[in-house]
Amino acid sequence: MISIDSSVMKTEALDLENLPASETALEIHNLNLHYGNKQALFNVSMKIPKKRVTAFIGPSGCGKSTLLRCINRMNDLVDNCKISGEIRLHGQNIYDKAVDVAALRRNVGMVFQRPNPFPKSIYENVVYGLRLQGLNNRRELDEACERSLRGAAIWDEVKDRLHDNAFGLSGGQQQRLVIARAIAIEPEVLLLDEPTSALDPISTLTIEELITELKTKYTVVIVTHNMQQAARVSDQTAFMYMGELVEYADTNTIFTTPTQRKTEDYITGRYG
Amino acid sequence: MGKWFKSGSPWIWMTGGAVSLSLIAVLGLLLLIAWRGLSFFWPADIYEWKLRDAKGVESTLIGEIYDREQVPSERLITAGVEFAEPPGEFVTRYLVKTGNREFVGLDFRWVLETDIVSRSTPEGIALIERSKNGNFYGYPVAVIENGKRLELSDVQHSLEEHIERAVDIGDKATTLQKRDIGAINHELERLRLKERRAELDGELTDSKKHEFEAARAKLQADYLVLEKELFSLRDDAGRDSVIVRDMRGEEVQLKLDSVLDVTYANRLDFIGKIGHWFGGVANFISADPREANTEGGVFPAIFGTVFMVLLMAIIVTPFGVIAAIYLHEYAKKGPLTKMIRIAVINLAGVPSIVYGVFGLGFFVYMLGGSIDQLFYPEALPSPTFGSPGVIWSALTLAILTLPVVIVSTEEGLSRIPSAVRQGSLALGATKAETLWRIVIPMASPAIMTGLILAVARAAGEVAPLMLVGVVKLAPTLPVDMNFPFVHLDRKFMHLGFHIYDVGFQSPNVEAARPLVYATSFLLVSVIVALNLTAISVRNHLREKYRSLEH
Repeated sequence: MISIDSSVMKTEALDLENLPASETALEIHNLNLHYGNKQALFNVSMKIPKKRVTAFIGPSGCGKSTLLRCINRMNDLVDNCKISGEIRLHGQNIYDKAVDVAALRRNVGMVFQRPNPFPKSIYENVVYGLRLQGLNNRRELDEACERSLRGAAIWDEVKDRLHDNAFGLSGGQQQRLVIARAIAIEPEVLLLDEPTSALDPISTLTIEELITELKTKYTVVIVTHNMQQAARVSDQTAFMYMGELVEYADTNTIFTTPTQRKTEDYITGRYG
Repeated sequence: MGKWFKSGSPWIWMTGGAVSLSLIAVLGLLLLIAWRGLSFFWPADIYEWKLRDAKGVESTLIGEIYDREQVPSERLITAGVEFAEPPGEFVTRYLVKTGNREFVGLDFRWVLETDIVSRSTPEGIALIERSKNGNFYGYPVAVIENGKRLELSDVQHSLEEHIERAVDIGDKATTLQKRDIGAINHELERLRLKERRAELDGELTDSKKHEFEAARAKLQADYLVLEKELFSLRDDAGRDSVIVRDMRGEEVQLKLDSVLDVTYANRLDFIGKIGHWFGGVANFISADPREANTEGGVFPAIFGTVFMVLLMAIIVTPFGVIAAIYLHEYAKKGPLTKMIRIAVINLAGVPSIVYGVFGLGFFVYMLGGSIDQLFYPEALPSPTFGSPGVIWSALTLAILTLPVVIVSTEEGLSRIPSAVRQGSLALGATKAETLWRIVIPMASPAIMTGLILAVARAAGEVAPLMLVGVVKLAPTLPVDMNFPFVHLDRKFMHLGFHIYDVGFQSPNVEAARPLVYATSFLLVSVIVALNLTAISVRNHLREKYRSLEH
């Protein structure tokens, strides 16, 4: 496993307000979301830069996961969920009627809070997305499997038991397997919803190292309730509170010189 | 005392007691039917009694003891029974199976203990099983081979040899009749239907008529050859006979072609008896019934039960699973869905005979009648699918068990963690793909549970089947060697109905009672075997998809 000191990878701060289109992966514009009568997101607007790690932080129930799940339209599965506003990927609004949701999700992968491998072998888990696309060539699948497992830094641990059931893996291994499964279909954006909250500290560290590595190829958006984690892995951080985007800036700026009072209170641990 | 109540012990005793009672009830039931059913095959001693009745008339009686009871002597006296000397308050009487039905009228007889002078178990007595008229008890005296009386010292050995020969030839004759002659009859019938079809279609030209005639003539020629062969086999089987001295002291000649087996029960040692017992059980499981089902085996009923249940499982599983998937995954959650679900659950409470009536009206008359008109017009007016048959029984039971499968499949679907579904959707799978590749495989243990319950329920149902396909005696199995091999339109036999028929509809209730127990035990065993198979499949699936446990 290649270990990279995250500070080395930290890139210089970007002007997030006036991000040029060529560097923008996602543009969220005036996003409002209601669960029934309750509004969960208020006028969220932000631009997420390409091939960087963006973290969403905030207290429980602030809407950070909801916002993340808007990006690959996972909220469509929730009854009574109404969304207005736009999220643009390649300049196209993903909430447009013409958009194929399955195609969008192939482009915007997601990893969940708890590892959720399928009750299949490790190999079949990784190539699941490819099989869905109709790929059945054994050699291509083998290659993609190895590439993805290497990309998720788990190849060495499982290469001898690819055809064992995925439930035999530990929690941390399962989470990396799920990441491998997500990157096997080569998405542009990878959404991580508190990917380490169910893991022990050592597995957490492994995953964090993996995240910094992933950004060389993918745009990563991570939700975390762990501020140290956000500080360690992200390039820019968005602080959310009560469904509103309070502050969105370069990670260094957020953690050293926040402009908003609420941000400062949160990162100094006064609530949350 | 109050402390004891507070400690919770009474509660534990009460709950534990309830469990023990249920266990005792179940075990008691099983043991009773197993004991009564299986002991029937144990070769009982054959006794010879010397009797003297109140008038001093002496007689001999040969037979097996079937039952004994204590009767108040007063009752006997009122019924007109006379005693030589005044009896005690109670008199023991024995129910004796005497066999020899064609000579003594009834093959069961009550004997009063007061009439018995002596009782013995002579080694020379044999039990002769016959294909007609039940058992015969008596002393085999001699064997007649081809009309010539063989005077032998070892009658038993010679008799057994001759019976073996006759049985072998008889088996050959039966095979010839059932398989070869049956096939020709089948062909002839098909030919007749073909001709009739051509006639109905207006295509029966003279040349075709000649073709049919020629084919029929050829089949009939074959038939005659086989028939001749059959008759010669039968004659050969009836070549020998045995002379037996019965309890009246008369010598009776029995033809060996109607004799199935001879047992010198009083000569058997313990191991011999065990061997005889296994032989009896095997015969019961594998043979066809005889004598209005009161003798012989129950193989067609076992086959019919299992075949019908499997057919039902094949029908009900896809239907139930698909319906459950729609209800659980696609139907909008509203009052209508709720009502449908309640209706489905309530369907399980409809009395099964109602399903039978529905099956008869809808499946047999409407569906079957329409099929006959559309596809089998040549056979009309005799129905093909328009009369009760195994397919309609399976369909009726499939409807009966549909709620069970739907409910347990839905339960299984709702137990699958949403994280797994979302994981699949997040990889770009559509809902249908997720269902097909992830959800249904993971729900398969629950589907199997539904199937187990359905099989258990279906295998035990008798009432609806009496309307839609079960018969007392089916001449042929629903599967045979004649094209198209599986005959779903045929009527079939069923263990449950067999129990009812043997126990309550047979001319000889006393003789049939052990068979009722044996058949009941067999029915329970068949259901248990079916269930165990399904349970092992389910456990295998559970092991495979055990993520559900965390």
